[in-house]
Amino acid sequence: MSGTVESGDEVKPVVASPAAIRWERRRASMGDAWGRLRSDRLAMISLFVLLGFAVMAIITPYVSDRADISAVNTADNPTWASPSSEFWLGTDHLGRSVALQVMWGARVSLFVGLAATLLTIVIGSVIGIVAGFFGGWTDSVLMRITDWFLVIPFLPTAIVLAAVLERSLWTIVFVIGITSWPSTARLVRSQVLSVRSRLYVDRARALGAGRVHVINRHIFPNVLPLVMASTTLAVPISILTETTLSFLGLGDPTQVSWGAILNEAREKGAIDRGAWWYYMPPGMAIVMVVLAFTLVGRATETVLDPRLRER
Amino acid sequence: MRARFVIGKIIGAISTIAFVVVFDFFLFRVVNDDPVNSMFRGRNLTPEQLERLRVKFNLDGTKWEQFVAYVRQLLHGDLGYSLKSSRPVSEVIAEAIWPTLLLVGTSTLLAMIGIFIGYRAGWRRGSSFDATATSVSMVTYAMPEYWIGMVALGVFAAGLGWFPVGGLNDPGSTATGVARLFDQLHHMILPAMVLAIAYIGEYMIVARSAMIDTSREDYLQLARAKGLRDTEVRKRHAQPNALLPVVSLSAINFGFVLSGAIAVESIFSWPGIGQQTQFAISGPDFPMLQGLFLLISAAVILANLVADLLYGYLDPRVAGR
Repeated sequence: MSGTVESGDEVKPVVASPAAIRWERRRASMGDAWGRLRSDRLAMISLFVLLGFAVMAIITPYVSDRADISAVNTADNPTWASPSSEFWLGTDHLGRSVALQVMWGARVSLFVGLAATLLTIVIGSVIGIVAGFFGGWTDSVLMRITDWFLVIPFLPTAIVLAAVLERSLWTIVFVIGITSWPSTARLVRSQVLSVRSRLYVDRARALGAGRVHVINRHIFPNVLPLVMASTTLAVPISILTETTLSFLGLGDPTQVSWGAILNEAREKGAIDRGAWWYYMPPGMAIVMVVLAFTLVGRATETVLDPRLRER
Repeated sequence: MRARFVIGKIIGAISTIAFVVVFDFFLFRVVNDDPVNSMFRGRNLTPEQLERLRVKFNLDGTKWEQFVAYVRQLLHGDLGYSLKSSRPVSEVIAEAIWPTLLLVGTSTLLAMIGIFIGYRAGWRRGSSFDATATSVSMVTYAMPEYWIGMVALGVFAAGLGWFPVGGLNDPGSTATGVARLFDQLHHMILPAMVLAIAYIGEYMIVARSAMIDTSREDYLQLARAKGLRDTEVRKRHAQPNALLPVVSLSAINFGFVLSGAIAVESIFSWPGIGQQTQFAISGPDFPMLQGLFLLISAAVILANLVADLLYGYLDPRVAGR
């Protein structure tokens, strides 16, 4: 690849280095994608909502003290107080501020949601690329396993896994990752199959490229956009799963997450007392974050996959 | 349908069940190496007592011996004993199945209204009906089903007092016959509505995109060219073909609704599989969890098999002639 770039039959002299051209093209297509995304009003609003939650999760430790929501320090606070100027979202059965709990819960819910998604995507992509690229019995075995995981119901699997393992945030991350990779694997595999049969891959092979080179240079970059879209759509599912597992009492008992707040609200009888301020805010937070991620994910998918544009 | 297609699907389902059985064993006997120890942690038991418990729960011997004993028990329909109630797991599960089937069945039927909404939305893509239906279903998709349950309880049961706060029947009610049935129905309305709301969006979105795909087919053009009215084209030519993706969705959704029932049942104290799962988690009651996981997985695998075969029957292109 030194000096010339072939295009059809003619040979043109190269102006810039191949790396520079590559970066120029990437920048152009990123700019194009961003332009399209910006014209989607709902997606932009969603991005702002997500930004808001991210900022909240980051600054919470600087504007408040974690000790403020541990029961030993709240003995002087009123219990079951409705929202007031001192406690914006009221207090719970131990006098802890609900607003502070929701703020601290954002950290856990967002962290677990993102970390679990990362794990899901990594497992799914590796299995999808290996199965699609190597084919043959490797593909058959991997797809058999994928099918098993795809069919067995994923929440009950996550529940039994979390139940036998130690209660911690990492367990939840691991459990979500290990149960939700199959759809990504299938998606990536089918994309790899279609990329693998393209002419430029044959050409690279004919020029003597090894497997690693072909995967790194040709397969992976072409699968990446799809993986990104599937990532944004996997985050809301991970967050919902995290809240459900914590709601069922499988979360880390030392951490506050939105699901754990809802679980405690129910157990301590917030519904019968009419203490809506205890269970409405965490639920609304979940809905807002999940909805925002879904909308951004759908918009990204449409931008990256022109076939979806007419929907 | 080709016999090969049917047999292939059945073998696939059996292999998945076998995988679940092995996975279940692996989880409760290998990952958690000594369940007896972790279940009775904190109680002062002598080594002899622990040993006796291990024999009772089939935890003595090598892993291979344990596995053989476990499979043999399973084949006899024996799922071991619940730690909490000391009753056979299979007996507890058998009691809990009917309330769950009733709840899940009712809410699935209700959620299927989403199919018709999706058809109409997809047929008139871009209309205000489509925009409203799509946004509403995105919002319901984002709501955790147990939270919908909490809000519904807060408003309609604790607040307005229209519905009971939970259970299958009024406690202490001596009503029989029709009165009892109505009482049960009254108890079921809220949880069934909650599950239906949580899953109606999925049906709507899948039915909508199936309709959009179908609406591009040439035979619709032909039907219009014949002079059929728009409603007739939709009902007689488009909808039957847009049914296919909805069939496979129903099987996948069965698994989701069953999973959703776990949290919703425990909120409404509905005495089904879900509430038993919640009890087993808080124990933790491992034999119970093991049995429940096996049962839920088997049910979902079976639903998938039925959907696959139905799909093959409805669309001969898939199954071959």
